[in-house]
Amino acid sequence: MERTGGLIERIALAMAGKRSPWGKGPSSGDEDNSGGETPPPSGEAPKGPRNPWLPGGGDGDDGRKRRSASIEDIFRHRGPEGPRRGPGGGFRLPDAPGGRGWFPLAIGAIAILWLAVTTTHQIGPKEEGIVTTFGKYSSTLHPGLNWTLPWPIQHVDVENVSEFRIEQIPEGSGQRLMLTGDQNLVDLSYVVRWNIKDLKQFRFQLLNPEDAVKEVAEAAMRSSVAEESLDSIFSGAGRADTEMAVRTRMQQVLDAYRSGIAVQGVQIKKTDPPSEVEDAFKDVSAAQQEAQGYINNAEAVAQQVLARAQGDATSFDKVYAQYKLAPEVTRRRMYYETMERVLRKTDKVVVEAPGVTSYLPLPEIKRRAEQASDLGAGAETSQGQ
Amino acid sequence: MENLWQNHKMSLIALAAVIVIALSTLIVVPETQQAVIIRTGEPIAVVNKFKPNQPYGKTGAGVWWRIPFFDRVEYIDKRVLSLDMQPQQVLSTDQLRLNVDAYARYRIIDPVKMVQTAGTVDNVESQLAPILSSVVRQELGRRSFASLLTAERGTTMQNIRKLLDAQAREYGAQVIDVRIKRADLPDGTPLESAFARMRTARQQEAATIRAQGQKNAQIIRADADAQASKIYAEAYNKDPQFYDFYRAMQSYDTTFSSDGGSSQIILSPDNEYLRQFRGR
Repeated sequence: MERTGGLIERIALAMAGKRSPWGKGPSSGDEDNSGGETPPPSGEAPKGPRNPWLPGGGDGDDGRKRRSASIEDIFRHRGPEGPRRGPGGGFRLPDAPGGRGWFPLAIGAIAILWLAVTTTHQIGPKEEGIVTTFGKYSSTLHPGLNWTLPWPIQHVDVENVSEFRIEQIPEGSGQRLMLTGDQNLVDLSYVVRWNIKDLKQFRFQLLNPEDAVKEVAEAAMRSSVAEESLDSIFSGAGRADTEMAVRTRMQQVLDAYRSGIAVQGVQIKKTDPPSEVEDAFKDVSAAQQEAQGYINNAEAVAQQVLARAQGDATSFDKVYAQYKLAPEVTRRRMYYETMERVLRKTDKVVVEAPGVTSYLPLPEIKRRAEQASDLGAGAETSQGQ
Repeated sequence: MENLWQNHKMSLIALAAVIVIALSTLIVVPETQQAVIIRTGEPIAVVNKFKPNQPYGKTGAGVWWRIPFFDRVEYIDKRVLSLDMQPQQVLSTDQLRLNVDAYARYRIIDPVKMVQTAGTVDNVESQLAPILSSVVRQELGRRSFASLLTAERGTTMQNIRKLLDAQAREYGAQVIDVRIKRADLPDGTPLESAFARMRTARQQEAATIRAQGQKNAQIIRADADAQASKIYAEAYNKDPQFYDFYRAMQSYDTTFSSDGGSSQIILSPDNEYLRQFRGR
């Protein structure tokens, strides 16, 4: 027992050097004998609070006073044999109650800690744990506090099983072209959500289950896209079907691998034409807009024409209704009114006598024309006549 | 403690010896591994050998033993492994090129054979990879380009799997599945011509859409004209003579009485308008 205590001291000494930097060791240290040196009994009351780093029972010149070690202090006590000369110095742990060393207690504490850490397993609500006994599967732990045998015997591997993991394919924002059934190319990206449905299989069946999910998704998506035409992929009409088909296909393959993976969903995020031909695709939508524009214009014109026709017809009908009541008078009235309007604004020459050739006042016309163009309106001049 | 050591020196040493012997004798085979025990160069036993449909916990995994110094243990993965192929250019029957990236999933089912032929899993992979490439090229090269892309892949992949599996059995491996991960047009001319084809297809589509739009616009206008004529005809046909007069009046109005035009009218006194001029 005591011998072991001395061993501990020696170890401590080897780490700390011969002298503790906080105080001077007891000067009575002779080699090898000091293994049996007894620590001061705990009944010997120290003055003031006890400093565990101070040497117990030190009867050197410094007493219990604490001071920093000077260089001389360190070298003064160093004999020709070097620092390993004697274990008498250095610090010592205070004794455990009952005068026993700390060693068994430390061993016990480590053992308890080891047991506590390796036998109790708290499994979170989304998790499951696989217990293996010497590498052999023995059971699956479910959420809650679980007990197993300690570590080298049983090992627990905890994995989040019910949380959906998300794989984005392709990773990053680069263009990833896929061939469609009509040998066109589409830039397509999608998301796969999956979780673990059987942790044993997930752990033991595949080398890299996560990579397998990605590869299977890629293969399934490409073969599904290759069954569709470019237009149906772009239009989004068959998108839900495609996603469903990919999901089923993936699940079949992963089940065939017995991977323990459940595919929860596949979502196509983006279907774009390749950037190289994007302009042509934009031109198509521009053409659609233009075509709609043509139709809109034509419809506007058509409405105008129709409204005009209806207006004309209605006004004719109204006039005709009046005309029917008094045909002769109405006809005359309309004739005179129109003639008034017509002749008021025109130059009039009335040739009364038969045989007289009418004289055309050409210079006059020219002058007026100039005037009219100067004024910008020929109405007044023509009225002046 | 001292007493313990002195009193039980021999037993403690014996205990230590037992522990050392146990550690060098017992081996732990995890569920994911198969262990081949090789005694002086010759495989004598396989621990945790793969058998289909064996539930976990009932397999041979766990603690096993060996004779120290004589027995060597080779651990072989029991899981489904992945064999990745280098992207491969495939020429279809119609002389079109396609970059194919495939993978195979396989499993070591005969670890003894594998240890004897290839030694390690890495060796198996490096020997199977060129076989996979050539099988893929050979099988896909028999198809037309269109059928490479679509459903016929299914039977093709089965053929490839069978061919590769036959080779893999030599190494104690079983090929579970071969799949085409990607099939792309190679960069350069094939890709460019595909883009050009897509572009012209879209241009054609755009032109068609525009023409259709114009056609529809024309039809709409013609329809409106027809309907307008009908409306006019219905209205005016009640009295064509009055229409003639009515329309003539309107026409004179718009022709002569509009502003800006300077027209000259030479009237004969016989004109209807001047009938009253003479005071008759």
